[in-house]
Amino acid sequence: MATAVHELTPQEASAEPVPEAIVVRFAGDSGDGMQLTGGQFTLATALAGNDLATFPDFPAEIRAPQGTLFGVSAFQINFGSTAVETAGDAPDVLIAMNPAALKTNAPALKPGGLIIADEGEFGPRNLAKAGYEVSPLTDGSLAKWQTLAFNISQLTLDAVKPFGLGNKEALRCKNMWTLGLALWMFDRPRDAIVDWLKAKFAKAPELAEANIAALNAGHAYGETAELGTSIRQHSLSPAPAEPGLYRTVTGAESISMGLVAGAQLAGVDMFFGGYPITPASAILHHLSRLKQFGVTTFQAEDEIAAVASAIGASYAGKLGVTSSSGPGIALKGEAIGLAIMTELPLVIVNSQRGGPSTGLPTKTEQSDLYQAVYGRNGDAPLPVVSARSPADAFECAIEAIRLATQFMTPVMLLTDGYIANAAEPWKVPDVSTFEPFPVQFLEEKPESGFLPYARDAKGARPWVKPGTPGLLHRIGGIEKQQGTGNIDYAPANHQAMTDARKAKVDGIANHIPDQEVTLGETSGKLVVVGWGSTFGPIHQAVRRARAKGRDVSHVHIRHIWPLPKNLAVLLKGFEHILVPEMNTGQLKTVLRDELLVDAKPLNKVSGQPFRIAEIEAAIDAALAGRGGGAVPADDTQLPEPQSGLDPGRNAGHAGHVSPQSA
Amino acid sequence: MNDMTPIKTAPKDWETDQEVRWCPGCGDYAILKAVQRTMPELGVKPENTVFVSGIGCSSRFPYYMETYGFHTIHGRAPAVATGVKLANPDLDVWIITGDGDALSIGGNHTMHLLRRNLDCQVLLFNNEIYGLTKGQYSPTSRVGTRSPSTPFGSVDRPANPCAFALGAGARFIGRGIDVHKNLPTVLKAAHAHKGASFVEIFQNCIVYNDDVFAPFTEKKGAAENQLWVEHGKPLLYAGGAKGLAFDQETFGLKVVEVVGGEWQAAGVIVHDETKRALAHLLVEMPFGAYPVALGVIFNAPAPTFESAVVEQNLTASKGKKADLQALISEGQTWQVEKEPHII
Ligand code: SF4
Repeated sequence: MATAVHELTPQEASAEPVPEAIVVRFAGDSGDGMQLTGGQFTLATALAGNDLATFPDFPAEIRAPQGTLFGVSAFQINFGSTAVETAGDAPDVLIAMNPAALKTNAPALKPGGLIIADEGEFGPRNLAKAGYEVSPLTDGSLAKWQTLAFNISQLTLDAVKPFGLGNKEALRCKNMWTLGLALWMFDRPRDAIVDWLKAKFAKAPELAEANIAALNAGHAYGETAELGTSIRQHSLSPAPAEPGLYRTVTGAESISMGLVAGAQLAGVDMFFGGYPITPASAILHHLSRLKQFGVTTFQAEDEIAAVASAIGASYAGKLGVTSSSGPGIALKGEAIGLAIMTELPLVIVNSQRGGPSTGLPTKTEQSDLYQAVYGRNGDAPLPVVSARSPADAFECAIEAIRLATQFMTPVMLLTDGYIANAAEPWKVPDVSTFEPFPVQFLEEKPESGFLPYARDAKGARPWVKPGTPGLLHRIGGIEKQQGTGNIDYAPANHQAMTDARKAKVDGIANHIPDQEVTLGETSGKLVVVGWGSTFGPIHQAVRRARAKGRDVSHVHIRHIWPLPKNLAVLLKGFEHILVPEMNTGQLKTVLRDELLVDAKPLNKVSGQPFRIAEIEAAIDAALAGRGGGAVPADDTQLPEPQSGLDPGRNAGHAGHVSPQSA
Repeated sequence: MNDMTPIKTAPKDWETDQEVRWCPGCGDYAILKAVQRTMPELGVKPENTVFVSGIGCSSRFPYYMETYGFHTIHGRAPAVATGVKLANPDLDVWIITGDGDALSIGGNHTMHLLRRNLDCQVLLFNNEIYGLTKGQYSPTSRVGTRSPSTPFGSVDRPANPCAFALGAGARFIGRGIDVHKNLPTVLKAAHAHKGASFVEIFQNCIVYNDDVFAPFTEKKGAAENQLWVEHGKPLLYAGGAKGLAFDQETFGLKVVEVVGGEWQAAGVIVHDETKRALAHLLVEMPFGAYPVALGVIFNAPAPTFESAVVEQNLTASKGKKADLQALISEGQTWQVEKEPHII
């Protein structure tokens, strides 16, 4: 059993790890440019050498009415001088651009945290829209935090006055003013953002100048204005990182580039069939710009046509790829079954989101694991790979293509809305170090004769391109005769073919890496098992618990199906197994069924990522013999206008999710 | 399809060793023979030919053609074929479908295939019934069709396949009859047309909908009931005794008597296959008062989808290197030195 052990650093071992990261949340109206502000702050932070993680949190409505609770858009960044793997728990700083942003976001702020509010937006109209009778800035209700309110709107108008913009356009520069202030607070450089503004507004230099003026004004305000002692410049030292070239990358970008890389390593051109759906569309957008890499993209008339065209392309000798989110994957199900039956390579990317049905389209969940593993008619197995972070998604995309082309099978790559949209620093790999896995098309009749369903040692059938003389054959969704592929309904044949398809996919376990222990010992009291984007909070929680001396390890699973061969033995080396998931316990069920282990769930389905503290608490409970359960929903990030949103309600809705403690 | 050197083949070169499994007397046999007879005349190579089908009786077709073939899933053949053709535009792609497959479950894909104008031939075997599932009425069944699911007769109005195809923007509309000797001529024209060629073939389902087309397909009375249109020729039938003229009043066609071959005097229209409006009038003539229009009804080529895709791929790639390392190193980057470096 090959398992890697992560040695604890002295700092990790110390009882109280030093505070090493700061969480800042920008919140405003969806028209206020919060995602843009957050994105630029991320860039400045990355350039300053801090490790970081971000969490964009935007409303489902395209243009929600201004000033309303459900129109609030937020962007959270956690950055620090040690490795950062989550967008953070409670924010230390909240920048609220209007009353609605304050109302929906303040409850999550750390006690003693800092609120910066734009007083200029706290007029009677906006207060009423947010459901405030009196201004929270003056009624003492924000007492447990430090509050700094000043008229950002007016300050921005003053700063951009020389450029002669209309009132509306001038106010649009507010986000740059705020960004300037944030950059000052955390000692970030402005140069990259100035360059970016110049490039962005190359066609309207007065807009570039106005935005730069606003940015500088915000920065100068921090430096010179009478801000008192509450706001002071934070300077975090850069996180230690391996030397090399770094960039920030979102999951959608890294999956797109990983797919291009995988196709190159396989030596085939890629065909991508997609249909717009949140949050998967970004992959279609990225790939559409990469035609020079032999990528053909096709925006199909629906999800079914998207996957069907990809299957057609695979049949014709390109690598078919499609992507969607849960509802679209459901539509593709029948066609995925066809790809399983015809044993053609295909990669299906599922950017999971909250469900069922339309669910929470802009929020994150990991609730499509059952769909990926089991969600088709008939006995229809396919390999499932899951990405844990934007950077990890690059390698996962390559792995998906390797499995698809080497085993002639569709492969599901699971990612989620959080990974797709979030950005993190990524050490740019040297692609020449990746092992190529060139595909071999069958081009000539083998001496023993040509059989379209002959199998190699791995159980894979030959890939033959139409256009090849002498190898004409027909395939289809009806059960086929072993070897010839001709229609065959015979009972023994169906048994044999079902067994062969299963054996091929099961056998992939022999061609994937053994499961390693991500952090901690290879046996002991408790192992926390995770998959997908919960990697960050689980890892940090285990790290903190270990620093407190707890006997706990972290195992992160990339290959969901088939599971790594050594996983059963590995997990059986622990007394307790805890599986935190943003669903009602799907991997937990698979582990219990496949490995016969007593895995206990920790579930959260509020559309928000786990907090480190929630998992830490569950670790303590599990070690005390109380396993699993559900994390109470935290309402603070999910404005629901119809229910009035009383901040006092955030005590939780434990009743929404029945605790599953086993 | 791009290979211009004509290849010599015989009809039997296009037959597989598989036992054909349609009901005895099914119109599908005649269509299979017609296609196998047509292929040698096209001068194309079997290995460059791909037959793609959906689900239904007709969709078994690819198993019987000695070409590449893909029997896909219900209604999705156009989508699979689109992927095949975009992946390799040199392949000669034929789609075999039926009235339920193309107009009910796959209506959306049929529409988009036609509007995009993917270069392929769509052969829609219309038997006005669901044969494979044992005889339910289909989207082309006439009002009053009695079937297991409509024991008291269907009440919904049928779709007209050619009118649907024209409405979707098809650039080629042909019509034929399973057992009629003219079918290969229509198939050849469909193949010669670059773009999506839509061919409706009236196919007799002897088991569940026998003789539903007999009123105009029967040899006896055929001359009175079939109008085989030809580009540049007057729209005459009944041995030249009748023709179609434009009716100002109804903004439609009217049947006129032609005396002594004086069709011009009778106002008979000369068929122009490039006129979409005329095609609409021809495919929508109600049978009974009018004959059934057959042959190449509309043929007005336009640029094809796959050629536009290929061209855009080329243009967009021009002067750009497929440098993966450069791609992943793009954007705002920073270098981490051995010693942490502080800005
Ligand atoms: S059911 Fe009808 S259409 Fe189907 S094979 Fe039999 S006769 Fe032909």
